[in-house]
Amino acid sequence: MSGNTSTHRMPSYLEYKGRYRGLAGWLLSTDHKRIALLYLYSQTFFFLAGVVMGIFMKLELIAPGQQLMQASTYNALFTVHGLTMIFLFIIPGLAASFGNFFIPLMIGAKDVAFPKLNLFSWYLFIGGACIILLGMFTGDGPPDTGWTFYAPYSLRTNTNVVLSVLGAFVLGFSSVLTGLNFIVTIHRMRAPGMGFFRMPLFIWAMYGTSWIQLLATPVVGITLVMVIFDRIMGIGFFDPAKGGDPILYQHLFWIYSHPAVYIMILPAMGAITEIVTTFSRRVVFGYKAIAMSSLAIAFVGYLVWGHHMFTSGMSETARLVFSLLTFLVAIPSAIKVFNWSATMYKGSLDLQPPFWWAMAFMFVFMIGGLTGLVLGSVATDVHVHDTMFVVAHFHYIVFGGAGLAFFAALHYWYPKMWGKMYNKRVANIGLLILFIGFNTLYFPMFILGIMGMPRRYYDYLPQFATPNFISTIGSWILGVGLLIVIVNLLRPKKVSQEEIDNPWQGRTLEWKVQSPPSLENFEEIPVVEHGPYDLVK
Amino acid sequence: MSENKTHISSYGSHLLVLASLIALTIVTVAITSVQLGAFNTTAAMIIASTKAAIVLLYFMHLKFDDKIFRFMVTLVLLIYAVVIIITFFDYLYR
Repeated sequence: MSGNTSTHRMPSYLEYKGRYRGLAGWLLSTDHKRIALLYLYSQTFFFLAGVVMGIFMKLELIAPGQQLMQASTYNALFTVHGLTMIFLFIIPGLAASFGNFFIPLMIGAKDVAFPKLNLFSWYLFIGGACIILLGMFTGDGPPDTGWTFYAPYSLRTNTNVVLSVLGAFVLGFSSVLTGLNFIVTIHRMRAPGMGFFRMPLFIWAMYGTSWIQLLATPVVGITLVMVIFDRIMGIGFFDPAKGGDPILYQHLFWIYSHPAVYIMILPAMGAITEIVTTFSRRVVFGYKAIAMSSLAIAFVGYLVWGHHMFTSGMSETARLVFSLLTFLVAIPSAIKVFNWSATMYKGSLDLQPPFWWAMAFMFVFMIGGLTGLVLGSVATDVHVHDTMFVVAHFHYIVFGGAGLAFFAALHYWYPKMWGKMYNKRVANIGLLILFIGFNTLYFPMFILGIMGMPRRYYDYLPQFATPNFISTIGSWILGVGLLIVIVNLLRPKKVSQEEIDNPWQGRTLEWKVQSPPSLENFEEIPVVEHGPYDLVK
Repeated sequence: MSENKTHISSYGSHLLVLASLIALTIVTVAITSVQLGAFNTTAAMIIASTKAAIVLLYFMHLKFDDKIFRFMVTLVLLIYAVVIIITFFDYLYR
């Protein structure tokens, strides 16, 4: 690549004085990097709120019987925990924050294709979040339906379902517009010489994600509007008494919400690919296989939603078809894991914090993936459906997968984003404690599920006491680990400019510019002459 | 790309499209009074799909755009069709 190495430093995007100063300089900025940080800070805030709710839920479950709260409070708490974590943290996830920051930088562009639309998407995100929050404190209180809003209960409960559903609907618009923006950016704004097969694999992952955001999100949008119409006008789309079908709701909801799992995990896999390649000091193994597996996951992910519904009462034929299709997703997912392993094989591994985070991701993601096969098979799913096994599985995938990858990406790109460096030793200690806490918290839930403990209850039978107690202890350890990690990131060390421009010897375009990048990223648009991971002097 | 070959539709063709959409809407309403049993839904879906195709092709200029866009839209419609077909593995065999 040529024409992109700075000889003199420009004011960074953090220092740049534009038309607006101070807070307005952030809230009205159309710079993709500032918008990325707006997403990152708001998502982190919602994540921490979700963590606090989760710790309270585990505290309630420390022993049989009522401990801290009534059943209805617990129902509201797990609903709001789910809504916050799913819609406000992990669906925007790496895509909105790291995608926004790094897509233009990695493809050699000055910004995304539609900068104003980008800012508007963030406002929609915050608007949707505010509506959900409003739903918690107005009317008859926070919803108690679970984040899935399953009909017919969501049509009958007296809690404030309509506002929460409306909030999720608005958040959907934000997701669609972000996806559209990224697709156009990737198609139209790549630097000269950067063909599709010279794009970094994070960009491929973001490309697949963006298509899912664009095509799947409208389905849930319409479905949520149907719930509102059912509640307000009593139309009866999902009400059997009026000729409606509650299972239709589950179909429509999961047609979006299963691909949404890939909205969460695909960017995570993209970030892990970047990290594994950089710290293995090798050319990535199977570039095209990884790139195509991103698109394959995005496509096959559309066709497997029914595995959430094996016990819903849908037809036997559909259950078999969905079970078969579900197993197909394992193929592209495994391609990625095998290629990461092959990339590390005989590499000069550099054991820096982002690499350890990536390893932690791979370990828990494998457990999450393999237990997913138990749930993808009809015969075993009917035994553990709606038990704590499912809770453990999706926390291993969503928190252990997408969540840990979020932190891996944060530790990897931190010097690029803020031009500072954290304490690496403390970062490793924090990760170790968090990793121990994570497994102590969630692994007992697999055992509880197999023992038969149902999910979403504030109380349980005495035989479930010991694993629940261990799990609660795990939540405290995880909390301590998380606190160490975040405090460490908030207290960066002073290091020389050379150490932050490219501390990991990254080879993709974002590492060719100064840290933090200037407002328009590149002094002149680079010309790409080789693949993203080629070892070129 | 299509920067250099912008297609401008005539008022006549727009009016024809508008007339077709209104006519098809009337047919949609009228057909509900015909007893077709389970095929009432099918008929309504066919009419709605025809209307959507007219909007896509003429109002949204897909007919006059590059092949790549037609290909992408067709791909999306195919995914949608597959989703519907899979859903009917439930409804037809329940």
